[in-house]
Amino acid sequence: MKYLISVIDDGTGRATPTEEADIDAFNDRLRAGGHWVFAGGLGSPEPATVVDNRRGKAVITDGPFLESKEYLAGLWIVEAPDLDVALELAAAGSKACHRKIEVRPFLGAA
Amino acid sequence: MIEAEEAVARAHREEWARVVAAVARRFGSLDIAEEAAAEAFAAAVARWPADGVPPNPGAWLTTTAHHKAIDWIRRENKRDDKQKKAQMSYDDDSPEPIDAIEDERLRLIFTCCHPALSMEARVALTLRMVGGLTVPEIARAFLVQETTMGQRISRAKAKIRLARIPYRTPSAEELPGRISGVLAVLFLVFNEGYLSTGPDRDPIRPGLTAEAIRLVRLIRTLMPEDGEVAGLLALMLLTEARRTARVSGSGELVPLAEQDRGAWNAALLAEGHRLVRERRASGEAPGRYQILAAINAVHTSARDVRDTDWAQVVALYDRLVRLDPSPVVALNRAIAVAELEGPAVGLAAVDRLEDHLSGYHAYHATRAELLRRLDANREARAAYDRAIELAGNVAETAYLRRRRDQLE
Repeated sequence: MKYLISVIDDGTGRATPTEEADIDAFNDRLRAGGHWVFAGGLGSPEPATVVDNRRGKAVITDGPFLESKEYLAGLWIVEAPDLDVALELAAAGSKACHRKIEVRPFLGAA
Repeated sequence: MIEAEEAVARAHREEWARVVAAVARRFGSLDIAEEAAAEAFAAAVARWPADGVPPNPGAWLTTTAHHKAIDWIRRENKRDDKQKKAQMSYDDDSPEPIDAIEDERLRLIFTCCHPALSMEARVALTLRMVGGLTVPEIARAFLVQETTMGQRISRAKAKIRLARIPYRTPSAEELPGRISGVLAVLFLVFNEGYLSTGPDRDPIRPGLTAEAIRLVRLIRTLMPEDGEVAGLLALMLLTEARRTARVSGSGELVPLAEQDRGAWNAALLAEGHRLVRERRASGEAPGRYQILAAINAVHTSARDVRDTDWAQVVALYDRLVRLDPSPVVALNRAIAVAELEGPAVGLAAVDRLEDHLSGYHAYHATRAELLRRLDANREARAAYDRAIELAGNVAETAYLRRRRDQLE
C-alpha cells in the first residue's frame, strides 16, 4: 500500500542545514526499511503556472491554483503495510523536516 | 416465546461485539461484519421462538453470521468484482498485549477508537460495532439526524478501509497511549449521558451512562490488570450511584452538598469503593482516572458535606495537578481548598484562573457560590448571570437561576 506524505509549510521557507541532514537520515531509514518510493522538495508556489487543456486549447495562467497561507513544500511517497506504519513514518518525517505533515492513501493500490 | 425473546436480548447484550469481531477478523471488513451480525440476530429473532434457543447461543450466532457474510460477499461479488479491494488489512502476527488474553473484541475496540479517526467518529463507531446500538439509537442519544449519524459511521468505516487502518491490538509500547484513547471515548460517552449539553436535551440520559459502564466492564474483563481501566470503571460507578439524587423532582440540579445521601445506590458505591481500595493496595502510581475515582470515593464515604475529609480531597487534587496541570483541574482543586481553608482563600485561587476559564460556566458558578459565602451579593449576582448564560445543561441552569434569585 502506498501513501503520499505531504509536507505542509506556512512560510518558514527552505529547510535549514540541520533539517537537510535530518531529512537525509530519515530518507536512509526509509530505504533501509523498504519503505522508499520517492521523495522531493518543492520550491515556493509563487512561480507556479496552471495549464488547462480540457477544451482543446491550452489556457495558461500565472500563479498557483490554490492561494493559501499553507502550501505543499515537498512530498514523500512511501510503501507501508497499513496506516499505523505510515503514521509512524510520518511522525519521524515531520520531526526530521520540522514541519506539519499530511498522510493520504493512494487510490486502490493494494 | 418470552423465553426466546429474552434469550435474544441477552445474546445481543453479551455476544454482539464477539460476533462482529469474529466476522471482521475472518473477512477483513467492518461493513460485512456489521451487516452479517445484524442479519444473524434477525435470524435468531425469527427462528428461536419456533426452533427453541440453541444450547450455545453465541456459537449459533457466530456461525450464522459467517454464513450471512459469505452470502453477502457472493451478492456483492456479482455486483462488483472489485470487492476484494475493499477488504481491511489485519495482522496475524501482531504482538500479544501485555498480560492480556487475546480476544477478538479487543481488536475491534482498538480499531473503532483509532487515533486517526475523529473523536465523534470513534464514539459513534464504538457504540455501533462494540455496543451493538442501532444507528437510530445512537442518533437519538446525540440528538442528530439519523442520516447524519449513518453518514458519520459510513465515513469512519470508509476511512478504515481506504487508509487501511489495521485490525489489530497495539504493540506493548503503543498500548498505554492507545488504552487511554479508548478510555477517553468511553468517558465522553458517559459524560454526555451524565451531564448532557443543549437547552432542549434531557439533563441526564441513563442509556448512555449504562452503555459506557457496560463497555468499560467489558474492557476490564479483557484487561484486568490495567489500573486506569479499573479507575475509570470505579469513577463511573461512584458517579452513576448518585444519579437519581442529582436531579430534583422539579428538574433542578442538586449539588453534592445537598443531595439525599440515602438515595445513592449502595451496590454501585460498594463496588466502586472496592475497586478504589484494590488500586490503592496495588502500590502502583495512580493515573488520572484512578485519582478521580479516589476523590469520588472520599466524597461518597462521608455522612454529609461537613464530614468530608477535605484535606484528603485537596491532597488528591495536588496529585492530579501534577499529572494534568489544566485550569479545570485547578478550579476543582480550588473548590476543595475553599472547604478546607475558607471561601476567601478559595476565591483567590479561582480568580487566578480567569484568563483561562472566563468562558466556562463552572468558573462563574464557583465564583458566585464563594462570593455569596463572603456576603458579596452584588458580585455574586453578576457571576450567576454569567454562569447561566454559559451553562448548557437545563437542570444546571434551573439550579443557578434559583440560587441567583435567592440573593438579597
